[in-house]
Amino acid sequence: MRRIIVCIKQVPETDKIGIKQEKGTLIRENIENIMNPYDKNALEEALIIKDKFDAEVIVITMGPPQAVDVLKEAISMGADEGVLINDEAFSGSDTLATSKVLAAAINKIADYSIIFCGQKAIDGGTAQVGPQIAELLNLPQVTNVKDIKIKGNKLEIVKATEDGAYLLETETPILLTTTTEINNPRSPTMMGINKAYGENGNKRISILSGKDLNINPKEVGLEGSPTNIYDFCMSKKSKTSEMIEGNKAKEKASILINKLSELNYI
Amino acid sequence: MKKSKVDIKEYSDVWVIGELIDGNISPVTLQLINVGKKLANKLNKNTIVVIVGYGEKDRVTKLLNYGVDKVLYIEHKILRNFNVMGYTEAIYKLIEERKPEIVLFGATSMARDIAPRLAAKLDTGLTSDCIKLDIDERDGKLLRTKQGLGGNLITTTICPRNRPQMSTLIPNIYRPANYNEKIFGQVEIINPEILCEDYKVKFIKKIPLEDKKVNLADAKIIVSGGRGLGEPSGFKLIRQLADTLGGIVGASRAAVEAGWIDSRHQVGKTGTIVRPDLYIACGISGAFQHQSGIYDSKCIIAINKDPYAPIFKICDFGIVGDLYEVIPALIEEINKKQQRYFDNFP
Repeated sequence: MRRIIVCIKQVPETDKIGIKQEKGTLIRENIENIMNPYDKNALEEALIIKDKFDAEVIVITMGPPQAVDVLKEAISMGADEGVLINDEAFSGSDTLATSKVLAAAINKIADYSIIFCGQKAIDGGTAQVGPQIAELLNLPQVTNVKDIKIKGNKLEIVKATEDGAYLLETETPILLTTTTEINNPRSPTMMGINKAYGENGNKRISILSGKDLNINPKEVGLEGSPTNIYDFCMSKKSKTSEMIEGNKAKEKASILINKLSELNYI
Repeated sequence: MKKSKVDIKEYSDVWVIGELIDGNISPVTLQLINVGKKLANKLNKNTIVVIVGYGEKDRVTKLLNYGVDKVLYIEHKILRNFNVMGYTEAIYKLIEERKPEIVLFGATSMARDIAPRLAAKLDTGLTSDCIKLDIDERDGKLLRTKQGLGGNLITTTICPRNRPQMSTLIPNIYRPANYNEKIFGQVEIINPEILCEDYKVKFIKKIPLEDKKVNLADAKIIVSGGRGLGEPSGFKLIRQLADTLGGIVGASRAAVEAGWIDSRHQVGKTGTIVRPDLYIACGISGAFQHQSGIYDSKCIIAINKDPYAPIFKICDFGIVGDLYEVIPALIEEINKKQQRYFDNFP
């Protein structure tokens, strides 16, 4: 194992996003940007391999300048270097355009054994970028990996599916996406925090633009994205809820069971 | 990689990429056929099912009983077991040759592996995990609707300039296509030229699930527990209520992530989408991703200590109270009712 590249994404903490009932707009106040939780499993798996085989771990992300925060967080957890891919021309990219940019950056970094991606992102949740990077780099892939054993040049991988798991054998280079079962991501260490945020922290971060990657601006961003937004709206449901009133649990339970019985549900 | 401008008029027909699970037609394939036929009718085009495999011709032929115009069966020895690059290559070649207008997949493990790769190879747009598919009546474009931002946002996307228009559909949202004795379509067998026999990822064996499958998707009654249980042992009470009603145990993402219960019990957009007759949410506040996974339940009951829990906004009946008091009371009342029923039996 030489070099492991981990693709990570900065996302809004969606679980905290709610809807202002009266206006039907998104509550955005106090919503923080975080490292996509699924990506932490991908990073952890890379760090486990680094600990065993002394591999180099490079984290990459495409995003606005503040996305550097997730790279620093990854370095504080144990990654060696971070690469921010940032260009105005990339904004509005759909999954395919994003995959093209990431694939170009990975090609430039080169010399990798494994590329890790998280299972999906909590904001978009398309779970497409991993397989698309693999396709664009003409690499094999295994998604939803829940166990990896490295045996010499071979990898023994357990892949999770709806109807059981598959034991697979493969070799590097390969792209893998991880499940949340695979490991428990570590916390940053004092040494890591110093490495990321200390005096020389910025030396561990490099920034690549579209020009650095020889990307045709017409192939990325809004213009280069095959998928366009047609319409969007807030999800809401209008339903009349009947609250069961009563003094004690027993009384409420009795009223509810009678109602359900009348409606033939039980 | 970028293709020269695509002539979208060259593309026709609606394709459904079907799946066989252990040789049987998967339920989501029949749901996709139902949707595919609706879209094809609006466009006045054919519905075609594509199946990849080996030695399954008899089973594949049964697909004709679901009212499809044609089944394209891609058959090759090395495609007997699913492999990502082999399946991708075989379907890719057929799409390039026949030029379908729309290609639909179920949002399954197989599709999560191959649909994104196909979209990248074809340089076209894929919208995954859709909850609704329709045709724009003005220009015949596929409208692909999905949830985003943890279920807060409903987004509809189009793929205006590239073809085919691709989408994966979440299972169990649409009903399956109807079975029909009369058939009018036919099966065409495609023997692909597989260039690369070595796909680098080798299948060693299948590891079956340890215990029997938790079939939430088809359950009529589901009793779910969430963070409000306070501790893992709370699921004992949930199971008691489920057993009393003859139902199945579900769980919120929070309870699964806390490690209180196996992830196969997880209900919601990120777990299993359910549509039971009766859904009882105990100690579940009702995050949007959970709400959107239970939306089609006929009757939703919410039990929660917090009167402001969002779940109360979408339930049919709500009880504000301590679930450790309410659930035992419910079990007692149900037992009483059943007892009365038996007492009245001659």
